[in-house]
Amino acid sequence: MVRSRLHLPRSPARPGEAPDFSYLELSPAGAVARPQVGARVRDIGPLAVELVRVLDDAGDAVGPWNPHLDAAELQIGLRHMLLTRIFDERMQRNQRAGKITFYVRSLGEEAVSVAQCMALSPRDMLFPSYRNQGLQIARGIPLVNLMCQLLSNTRDPCKGRQLPAMYHSAAGHLFSISGNVATQFPQAVGWAMAAAIKGEDHLAASWLGEGSSAEADFHYALLFAAVYQAPVILNVVNNQWAISTFQGYAGGEQRSFAARGPGYGIAGVRVDGNDFLAVHAVTQWAAERARTGGGPTLIELVTYRAAAHSTSDDPSRYRAKDDAEHWPLGDPIERLKRHLIRLGEWSEERHHALSAELDELVAASWREAVAYGTLNDGPKLDTDLMFEDVFKEMPANLQLQRAMMRAEKSSR
Amino acid sequence: MAQMNMVQALNSAMDIMLGRDPSVVLMGEDIGYFGGVFRTTEGLQRKYGEHRVLDTPIAEGGIVGAAIGMAVNGLRPVAEIQFADYIYPGFDQIVSELARLRYRSAGDFTAPVTIRTPCGGGIRGGQTHSQSPEAMFTHVSGLKVVMPSNPHDAKGLLITAIEDDDPVIFFEPKRLYNGPFDGDPNKPAVPWSTHPKGEVPEGHYTVPLGRADIVRAGAQLSIITYGTMVYVAQAAAAALELDAEIIDLRSLVPLDVDAICSSVKKTGRCVVAHEATRLSGFGAEIAAIVQEECFWHLEAPIQRAAGWDTPYPHAFEWEYFPGQARLAAAIRAAMEPA
Repeated sequence: MVRSRLHLPRSPARPGEAPDFSYLELSPAGAVARPQVGARVRDIGPLAVELVRVLDDAGDAVGPWNPHLDAAELQIGLRHMLLTRIFDERMQRNQRAGKITFYVRSLGEEAVSVAQCMALSPRDMLFPSYRNQGLQIARGIPLVNLMCQLLSNTRDPCKGRQLPAMYHSAAGHLFSISGNVATQFPQAVGWAMAAAIKGEDHLAASWLGEGSSAEADFHYALLFAAVYQAPVILNVVNNQWAISTFQGYAGGEQRSFAARGPGYGIAGVRVDGNDFLAVHAVTQWAAERARTGGGPTLIELVTYRAAAHSTSDDPSRYRAKDDAEHWPLGDPIERLKRHLIRLGEWSEERHHALSAELDELVAASWREAVAYGTLNDGPKLDTDLMFEDVFKEMPANLQLQRAMMRAEKSSR
Repeated sequence: MAQMNMVQALNSAMDIMLGRDPSVVLMGEDIGYFGGVFRTTEGLQRKYGEHRVLDTPIAEGGIVGAAIGMAVNGLRPVAEIQFADYIYPGFDQIVSELARLRYRSAGDFTAPVTIRTPCGGGIRGGQTHSQSPEAMFTHVSGLKVVMPSNPHDAKGLLITAIEDDDPVIFFEPKRLYNGPFDGDPNKPAVPWSTHPKGEVPEGHYTVPLGRADIVRAGAQLSIITYGTMVYVAQAAAAALELDAEIIDLRSLVPLDVDAICSSVKKTGRCVVAHEATRLSGFGAEIAAIVQEECFWHLEAPIQRAAGWDTPYPHAFEWEYFPGQARLAAAIRAAMEPA
């Protein structure tokens, strides 16, 4: 076979090979300095390549980034993360059982959405990707609403028009999720620009995967954020994999994703995405920076996509089977749990009881949600809804087609 | 001859072209090690090497732009856009650059790029995995636009597209990957192994662009269609017990105007069917041509059966999809007045 001079990024471990995370550059917990919130971008370059960590291996919170959250706050964080995981597991099973058509889990990435949401204000506008269900849960969107969306049923807030997991909540300040990747990034910047134009204190935050950062939209977002110093937090969730493609193919081999921030004149912070405390702390830092006129921050959350890309994907075809178990940054739920236990604020018994309580919450919510219909059983959405909301007022061609569709249905 | 489904036939086309022509390279998201989300490029990176079957970043504009540059420098790239619904970030590179490079440089620079992309619905893909945007590309001067409806044509057309010195947008109706589909989701799936068009020569062969396939000869009515709708049209006409002539266009640009017009001149009645939305769909172009060329032969207004003018809704997939009922209504209208 002919070799070429073209460089081709290597995935560290393919099926049949031993997991290998030696490529990952880590900093010890507590080792990274915490600059002043108003620090100039040029003075904080190392933040974009080091790794902010607070929880050490023993489960203690160390160093200058320790957000000193009280135990009650940490327990809420643990609860949201555990609920996100149980919800995911249950919805995955429901997809496998044919109850819903498609699902995307966030297994192993729960701290990203939950800690970041908790570090922001309820009125801040969030522009999620399709793997941020923790944002919906931490924002308090009822599980039944989420499930009705997954089921495309009569209480689906999207009225049956979106793939499962493409939630939105205007009341929850959670923007409509797109199945096209990265599109939300420049939109978040625009929202933040509008907040600044209107003289409001709210900020916008958006999330995408490191794979999606290859899209031009990512770069538009950074440029507009930099030019207008928009109050926005742009988050790259580096979960190492974009379906089968390793993060090296998104440009992660030579330089961190956070380091793209300083290239545009934006503060860049690289953080341990499985460390609840560190994620909370850097988000709080970025939020304060944005609210005090310091402009945008690009945060890279280093984490691992422990599950398949979606229910349509089979990662055993392209990566080492037990990769996730060897991920050097551990599991976000286990790590926060251990920390709380060390503080004397949690126990295995309480954890077990919480888990059982959340299991029942998810099960009860599902029972309620399916009562509003599934794609196969129960009440059905009115098919006329297909023609609404294309425009504010339904034009003549759609009125005619709606009539044709009704005739088609009655002819079947 | 071998039995192949459409995925295998497309794989075979690329395998043959990689083997015959060292300038052919494949590129796209997840197409290399993984073999593509629909398995269309399975095994090709292992066989031809990582420098000829390239995984790319998730950047459709980058994929198309880089493919143009590679083509200008002597390669013959076959780029995959994972879903047609994801092609829009590459639209500027396709429309403003790929399509016009030959024209604006007076033929001094050309880019023989083939862009393969799965299209169409019927797989519960919702609005971001179901679109049929072919008309957006037929509207652009300088692009050839192809959509096969079966494994035999898929392989022959893809080889032709790769060998073509002009850019080709090659749409693959993903609902047809594993078998023909007559629009009824409640029927058991039919595999290609039971269909004559699942018989595919193993070696190199071509199906020319711009030549339609008369799937069924008939006298009473012409149904002009392509892609998924070929089988829906056959089923709808059969259910109405009509002697319909069914024409599978296979390529939209270039278009086999002769096949369309000789059929309509013979039958005097015309239905155009496609899965894409009706408004400004390719059916409008066909209807215009038929009107211009066959007006005095027409016995009834030309009818269109198409997707509704809405985004593709997840919950209402089968109310949206132009199935047999929609075809039947169009056929009945085209058959009046008797």
